[in-house]
Amino acid sequence: MLTPKTEDDLARIVAETEAPLRIQGGGTRPIGMPTNGTVLSTSALSGIELYDPGSLTLVARAGTPVAEIEAALDAEGQRLAFEPMDHRGLLGTTGTPTIGGVAAANVSGPRRIQSGAARDFMLGVRFVDGRGQIIKNGGRVMKNVTGYDLVKLMAGSYGTLGVLTEISLKVLPKPRATGVMLIEGLSDDRAVTALSRALGSPFEVSGAAHLQKGQDGAPVTMIRLEGFESSVAYRAGELGKSLADFGEFTLETDPEKTAAGWAHIRDVVPFQGRDGDVWRLSVKPSDAPGVVARLSGAEAFYDWGGGLIWLLAPEGSGVNARSIRAAVAKVGGHATLIRGTPSQGAFQPLSPAVAALQDGLRRKFDPRQILNPGLMTEGQAA
Amino acid sequence: MEMPTPKPEIIARKAELIKRLHEVMPKDAVISDPSETRVYECDALTAYKCAPLLAVLPSSTKEVSDALRICHEMGVPVVPRGSGTSLAGGALPTADSVILGVARLSDVLETDYDNRFIKVQTGRTNLSVTGAVEENGFFYAPDPSSQLACAIAGNIAMNSGGAHCLKYGVTTNNLMGVTMVLMDGTVTEIGGTFLDAEGLDLLGLICGSEGQLGVVTEATLRILHKPEGARPVLIGFDSNEVAGACVSDIIKAGVLPVAIEFMDRPCIEATEDFAKAGYPMCEALLIVEVEGSDAEIDEQLALIEEIARRHNPVELRQSRSAEESAKIWLGRKSAFGAMGQINDYMCLDGTIPVSELPHVLRRIGEMSREFGLDVANVFHAGDGNMHPLILFDANKPGDLELCEDLGAEILKLCVEVGGCLTGEHGVGIEKRDLMTHQYAPADLEAQMAVKDVFDAKWLLNPAKVFPLLSSDSHRDAAA
Ligand SMILES: Cc1cc2nc3c(=O)[nH]c(=O)nc-3n(C[C@H](O)[C@H](O)[C@H](O)COP(=O)(O)OP(=O)(O)OC[C@H]3O[C@@H](n4cnc5c(N)ncnc54)[C@H](O)[C@@H]3O)c2cc1C
Ligand SMILES: Cc1cc2nc3c(=O)[nH]c(=O)nc-3n(C[C@H](O)[C@H](O)[C@H](O)COP(=O)(O)OP(=O)(O)OC[C@H]3O[C@@H](n4cnc5c(N)ncnc54)[C@H](O)[C@@H]3O)c2cc1C
Repeated sequence: MLTPKTEDDLARIVAETEAPLRIQGGGTRPIGMPTNGTVLSTSALSGIELYDPGSLTLVARAGTPVAEIEAALDAEGQRLAFEPMDHRGLLGTTGTPTIGGVAAANVSGPRRIQSGAARDFMLGVRFVDGRGQIIKNGGRVMKNVTGYDLVKLMAGSYGTLGVLTEISLKVLPKPRATGVMLIEGLSDDRAVTALSRALGSPFEVSGAAHLQKGQDGAPVTMIRLEGFESSVAYRAGELGKSLADFGEFTLETDPEKTAAGWAHIRDVVPFQGRDGDVWRLSVKPSDAPGVVARLSGAEAFYDWGGGLIWLLAPEGSGVNARSIRAAVAKVGGHATLIRGTPSQGAFQPLSPAVAALQDGLRRKFDPRQILNPGLMTEGQAA
Repeated sequence: MEMPTPKPEIIARKAELIKRLHEVMPKDAVISDPSETRVYECDALTAYKCAPLLAVLPSSTKEVSDALRICHEMGVPVVPRGSGTSLAGGALPTADSVILGVARLSDVLETDYDNRFIKVQTGRTNLSVTGAVEENGFFYAPDPSSQLACAIAGNIAMNSGGAHCLKYGVTTNNLMGVTMVLMDGTVTEIGGTFLDAEGLDLLGLICGSEGQLGVVTEATLRILHKPEGARPVLIGFDSNEVAGACVSDIIKAGVLPVAIEFMDRPCIEATEDFAKAGYPMCEALLIVEVEGSDAEIDEQLALIEEIARRHNPVELRQSRSAEESAKIWLGRKSAFGAMGQINDYMCLDGTIPVSELPHVLRRIGEMSREFGLDVANVFHAGDGNMHPLILFDANKPGDLELCEDLGAEILKLCVEVGGCLTGEHGVGIEKRDLMTHQYAPADLEAQMAVKDVFDAKWLLNPAKVFPLLSSDSHRDAAA
């Protein structure tokens, strides 16, 4: 394993290598790793370089553990608003998730529906491209349109365009209180309708999920409100009125319970430790129940007001890459295999025109095709 | 401002180009008479003007695709244009280029309140997107001050922001999908009515690419329900530094206002003369706006006032009615107009870390005295996006150049303290030659490599964003 201690070291390694490199942050997501190549770990490129709470910005080296960043923010009453998922429970891995891995995979949790994805909070990056050149883009300010936005391009590129060495993030204040409105017994269809109404209200819903099986086996629908205590109570009351035709909601405000409830959704706890492939589907919320119905045999739950479907497809269920992609293609959206055999194609195939652009970008940034080769390549095969 | 020399061989083929364009779109969509092409000679950066060879006004994605394919085949540069309100010269043509205007593409294609999006053709103006969903209580959040005129096309190309982006983000945070035509005529669909498009984040790359990667013809935009209410408070201070410190403290305290706007004395004086908004005469004032129900607003404003009091404000005025709110905003909204009444001005757009506000304002004051040109400051303080207005006299020989030099110095200062050259207006031609102050050659090469992929011949808006010296080899290689 290669563990460069500085950005310059890393640049030299990439420039001089003849073998492909497998970029690793914390090593928490071992499924479908390209099999050939030397592991290049960013773990020694670690540490928060700057944290300016009054400017809502934090700059960290890519190998910095997410936990370290969250602790520093917590001390100032701030947080990463995009709520990155911890994959370890779902994937049964150990290791320390890094901010580089979060950025490279654009990992965003339930609050994505309101606040945005990881990419929306990335203000700047430094990275080493496939030729070993050090490149920076963006900066550490909240508004920046100086030149092309390669920050977004790097977000979610899974280390295929460059190895991130530094990331600047916009952070946000933590709300003082959280409330979760809960109701049991709704069908998928009714639940998504209720969530849509809540999200389309002025009441700033920051989480909207539906589980076909809650803790006691009954379906449960969850709506999160954050802010000042009195405001949470007020908005829960107003929303309760506007959703009265769905039944009566209860309001949970215990901080530990509300946090655990959303960690349950964020970290896909319902599918942890269970057999089967795990898929993540992004569709238009109102299409979601139909997609799930078409994939009977699989178990599902919904986040993002229905727009994000987590799917568990046990072996023998007949639900597989082909049926999932067909169901998604029918309505528009994409599906990614998070856990399971990647040979069936983990990433969504792309249209020929988009695949050609993606391929062109990879050839420019990594002309020798040495960074995570084989990853995100389904597009060209299609 | 240097622009590439127009190619006589392209100008010589004007008649042939017109003939081919007439085959793919109605005659009235091809504008070739010099008296009419002059309309397109500049955008809102009016110091630089040049009429294009032709202008085309397609009415469908198909026509855009056909027009681009023809220009691609004939090697003719194309400059996309929305409403021409760019302050950076982004839509400035060259004499051998075709302006491709999307003004005729202004339909709403789909509105979906359950899934909270609207799909529009990109020639539609920003304000009329909100106009299309307003009666159902919804709005499109990014609100550039030019929203009455500017088009979604230009908003996407410039990744435009607005007064409320502290809470709602800028264009890129509210864009879900586009239909974009590449220079060779290929039509691409990126993203859609779902979140986080598959594959690399091309949507994020296109937003803010200043019309250099493709022509965007349709866009899917996120819409939100309007808040129940909004209310501003006006706070005056006896120094810029204290006002800057107050901004930082508000942000640290955990309230997130929708807007924190800042005006300094020169700007307050000018707007008072012009708009009579009843502003206090002080060194600096902040307008802080929060949203929610009445009770929620009260609670947030109480906290903000408590913070402000620690900084000994000379004035603290909470709006008590819609009328008072309008009056508080009146001055801010007419600030640019007011400055325009008394002077010619150049509007800068650098962003700095919020905590650097006091230092940067002090330095701008010093520089203003060194150059002998007045500078007024009015800007989005919450996110550090400054708009220093440098006042000059266009009729006085050498004043524009002096003003541009001072502007460059101020922008370099923004970069020095950890900020950037432009927060929302874009690079265009205006800041093109300053790019080397923010980016090293390898950084610029990486960006230009992206253009190589999307537009290998460098025909789309080729002389913008990158210093000509840096982009020479790309433009030549493509020719
Ligand atoms: C949604 C999803 C889909 C996946 N699909 C596939 C697939 O189809 N095929 C496949 O082979 N693997 C796939 N994986 C697995 C994942 O990409 C690898 O397991 C990863 O290489 C393991 O590294 P890690 O645990 O350190 O990941 P993390 O550190 O969590 O990193 C995640 C991703 O970011 C990259 N990365 C980490 N740090 C950096 C950095 N500093 N700069 C640039 N890139 C960095 C990694 O290479 C990896 O691709 C998928 C993972 C997820 C989350
Ligand atoms: C008084 C005033 C106030 C302003 N206030 C703000 C503000 O608050 N915030 C802010 O961000 N900006 C502001 N601006 C700047 C300007 O309005 C924005 O940059 C706006 O987005 C430009 O839109 P437009 O349609 O006029 O684009 P144009 O000026 O026509 O073009 C701008 C750029 O977009 C490209 N382009 C146009 N159409 C397309 C297309 N279909 N596909 C690809 N590229 C295309 C052009 O080539 C050009 O590079 C202001 C301008 C003025 C004059």
